[in-house]
Amino acid sequence: MLRERLRNVGSAVALSLCGLMCLCAVLPLAAMLYHVIRNGAPAINVAFFTQMPKPLGEPGGGLLNAIAGSLTLIVLASAIGVPIGVTAGVFLARASGSRGAFWVRYAADVLSGIPSIVFGVVVYELVVVPMKGFSAFSGGLALSLIMIPTVVRTTEEMIRMVPYTLYEAALALGAPDWRATTSVLLKGARTGIITGVMLAAARVAGETAPLLFTAFNNQFWNMKLNQPIASLPVQIFNYAVAPWDEFHQKAWAGSLVLVTLVLGLSILTRVATRGRYEIIQ
Amino acid sequence: MEATYSAGLRPRPQLIISDKVFNVLLGVAGAVVLALIAILGSSLAFGSSAALKVFGWHFTIGTNWDPVKEDFGALPFIYGTLMSSILALLIAVPVGVGTGIFLAEIAPKRLAEPLAFVIELLAAVPSVVYGMWGIFVIVPLMRSLQEYAGEHWSNCVLLSGPPVGVGLLTASVVLAIMILPFIAAISKDSLQAVPRTQAEAGLALGSTRWETISGPVLRYARKGIFGGIILALGRALGETMAVTMLIGNNPQITASLFRSAYSMSAVIANEFSEATGDLHTSALVSIALVLLVLTLAVNALARLLIWGVVSQSEGKAA
Repeated sequence: MLRERLRNVGSAVALSLCGLMCLCAVLPLAAMLYHVIRNGAPAINVAFFTQMPKPLGEPGGGLLNAIAGSLTLIVLASAIGVPIGVTAGVFLARASGSRGAFWVRYAADVLSGIPSIVFGVVVYELVVVPMKGFSAFSGGLALSLIMIPTVVRTTEEMIRMVPYTLYEAALALGAPDWRATTSVLLKGARTGIITGVMLAAARVAGETAPLLFTAFNNQFWNMKLNQPIASLPVQIFNYAVAPWDEFHQKAWAGSLVLVTLVLGLSILTRVATRGRYEIIQ
Repeated sequence: MEATYSAGLRPRPQLIISDKVFNVLLGVAGAVVLALIAILGSSLAFGSSAALKVFGWHFTIGTNWDPVKEDFGALPFIYGTLMSSILALLIAVPVGVGTGIFLAEIAPKRLAEPLAFVIELLAAVPSVVYGMWGIFVIVPLMRSLQEYAGEHWSNCVLLSGPPVGVGLLTASVVLAIMILPFIAAISKDSLQAVPRTQAEAGLALGSTRWETISGPVLRYARKGIFGGIILALGRALGETMAVTMLIGNNPQITASLFRSAYSMSAVIANEFSEATGDLHTSALVSIALVLLVLTLAVNALARLLIWGVVSQSEGKAA
């Protein structure tokens, strides 16, 4: 009897320990969100989004150049990464059993495990050095390399969810293969693919490391692709490690914007696709 | 059975040319993805050749990093990367796996689903934000801990050092928080993939709930969980911004957890854009190469384990 009771008590203790572990996991994460909101919210105002950074000591000012720079980089990264990623994803879905598909899938897997800073180093070697300078283009390229594996895998998964019979029906109606693929398979998977692309874009919006020596940073307004460009994450990094409180304020506000963007997009896509797809990250 | 969308039927022969073009286009995109790996590898190999020619294999065991004298050894950085990642795993694995068990087996569905979603969301928070939070929240906490340790446990080698806040342990704690969501999510998924019968058999034999979970259920899921842990290790190894902001950026190897260190990714982030000479740049590219090889090896191991789980469960379903 005693043994029995001990076992039950032991079980209850172990189960509650697991609950405690869950609390330990959620607590720091909740604390981080709390600090970002509490410290960032007071510094968020219209000027933050519409004004250029002011020099140290002058009050006010915003991060307009960094926000615009981040948007530019994301658009650039998507413009390079999405066409390649989606096409390669279609290739994988159609040729899923072939040896070529195996290696492409493997390559996408390998790419997704490579630390983002390595992409930065490679783009520096291949683009920044020959172009003799940091540039928005090289930053966008580095980000696109990070996006590609995600886009490839999402496209493949989403196309696989379109019923095969629809594709066959299109062929039976006399549509050529390319037509059946683009108008039936791609169209059917459209929502899922767009969701995946948006999630991938949100993820790279927060990437800092590969931008440090590709897009670099810029204190001024720049929309030229062959010039260095500011970005929100790099600006947050520079402000956070600087010793001045005014900069810290701006860094918190920037973090809040970035976190809102990333988490907002994730929640939005989750709500929009609830019950339809398992989101594969 | 999985459907493959290959064009087995060719209903209108006159259109085959356009299909051929289309197929070539798809193949080219696939080839681009493959080529990226080759480009990546060869570019790093080319960039690192100058430094590796000078230092050879001693590059990885040299302890001196002196851009002025052009003497480069990567061991302090390799040490810092490995140490901070392993410490992070030591913290994150019990918490993450415990969370996974709680979410998959213990919590009622109404609680588990939103919790799992929140934890998944936090994997998406940019690392620079974690780094910033670390600087302003964890570093002060760590500083008081270090002051306390300095007063009470000053004899302990592991805990010696000036109370500056940043250091190996600080970076590891924040790294642990960053990789926690991965471990928790993959543990949860692996546990949920365990057939119900596995748990029922345990309960039928008179096990308590915990004995069932820790025995037949956990044993069935252990490969997937282990794969997830290795995957998280890969993330931790390559993590840059949070580590750069918290590890102290001092290339030294000491026994103390409180002292500052340096990691491979951090030295690249800090020095690459202002490297003082070709050899310095090349040495940094060599570090990137070492980092790449390390993460690829770790990821390959994880894939091997996770693929094993997938084929195992597919075999059951068939």
